[in-house]
Amino acid sequence: MAASREAEEVKVLGLTVSPFVVRVRIALNLKGVQYEFLEEQFGSKSELLIKSNPVYKKMPVLIHQGRPICESMIIVEYVDQVWAGDYASHSILPSLPYDRAVARFWAHYIDDKWFPKLVVILKGGDTEEAHAEAAEELKAGLKLMEEVLEKHSKGKPFFGGDAIGHLDIAFGSYWTWILAAEKISGFKLFQQKQTPLLFAWSQDFCLDVAVKDVLPDVDMLVEHAKKFSAWMIQNAAAENN
Amino acid sequence: MAREKGVVLLDFWVSPFGQRVRIALAEKGVDYEYKEQDLFNKSEHLLKSNPVYKKIPVLLHDGKPICESLIIVQYIDEVWSDKAPLLPDEPLARANARFWADFIDKKVYECGTRLWKLKGEEQEAAKKEFVEIFKLLQGELGDRKFFGGETFGFLDLALVPFVAWFYAYETFAKFSMDEECPKIVAWAKRCMERESVSKTLSDPNKVYEFVLFLKEKFGVEY
Repeated sequence: MAASREAEEVKVLGLTVSPFVVRVRIALNLKGVQYEFLEEQFGSKSELLIKSNPVYKKMPVLIHQGRPICESMIIVEYVDQVWAGDYASHSILPSLPYDRAVARFWAHYIDDKWFPKLVVILKGGDTEEAHAEAAEELKAGLKLMEEVLEKHSKGKPFFGGDAIGHLDIAFGSYWTWILAAEKISGFKLFQQKQTPLLFAWSQDFCLDVAVKDVLPDVDMLVEHAKKFSAWMIQNAAAENN
Repeated sequence: MAREKGVVLLDFWVSPFGQRVRIALAEKGVDYEYKEQDLFNKSEHLLKSNPVYKKIPVLLHDGKPICESLIIVQYIDEVWSDKAPLLPDEPLARANARFWADFIDKKVYECGTRLWKLKGEEQEAAKKEFVEIFKLLQGELGDRKFFGGETFGFLDLALVPFVAWFYAYETFAKFSMDEECPKIVAWAKRCMERESVSKTLSDPNKVYEFVLFLKEKFGVEY
């Protein structure tokens, strides 16, 4: 009875393929929170979405006790704060202020500098040169993330240490999209030899019980690539406005 | 390199992003060393402290760099948590403050830049967008004293440095913020009653001169 009442309290609006939506679902899973997933229709926006996020009209939106929270990493921090302490032993953000600043910085970098390059690769239509340049920048970004992992995980499997944390969620939500982009574009973005720690991390991340059922499958993403790419471009364009 | 103890801020005098950090440090009563940066000839120190973006502000705390103004402000709030809390405690209020601060980051400076860089129809469009942005923020403020409610907080300091740029924007794009968004102008006056704000914000005339300088150097970003 209590579980279903709680499930009514927490709703997530979004598409299963959106890496931003995936972030929210991973966070809720890590906290063991029951929620109702309200799948949006591809290509159109529901009344509820527009009403809940009038500023951007974008997903994901978390609705908790009737109130909406928007922007994926803001939602993740909200979830971390609400379901904290005794309720859930897992803390998503690190405990020390400096480590939190580092996690937030790299999460911001991923969305701000790195993700737009992924969009270029998926889009198609640009020159071969533009694609090659974007691929190089993505690879450089992955190398950076390898260094971050090495420096901040302190030998543990995740960016967050022993368990999935803020930066794992921010970055990992893109993982199968990276692999799908490789298949679609023919560019090799991720090379195990160049980023061995990331390789090991990706194995642990993708198989984690909080992740495996919500991270979209690579082959599924490739199969629907055209449709999703158009969505990605639209999303990126909307963000740039 | 030996770790330099204490708090150092790498900044640029007119940067609204740097000013957010200065206001936060002032609110918390933190002693720090201010190091003015030449953005047209970036120092080794800056490049080493922020290799990813090569931008100010950068806060160095006992030699460890923190970058991105809102991330720095949150860091300051968490480290010096005994005084003047900036982010609200309550999770929904906190998420809301972050949401609007992020909105300000995405929209205000970029749109403001178009106000002085562009002409004719493009400038008109930018002006319309700028006013819409601030009308939204005005709606969020409502009839409250500050965005934080009764107390000055995170969202107030995220926005207030841009107020010093209003005169320049109004002059170049020919409009009046007092006419378009009177509640924002009134809120800004209340913020200026705080020493942390009045001592930090640039003189609007100096901002105007700086924008003139940028116009001559068209296309230079900082």
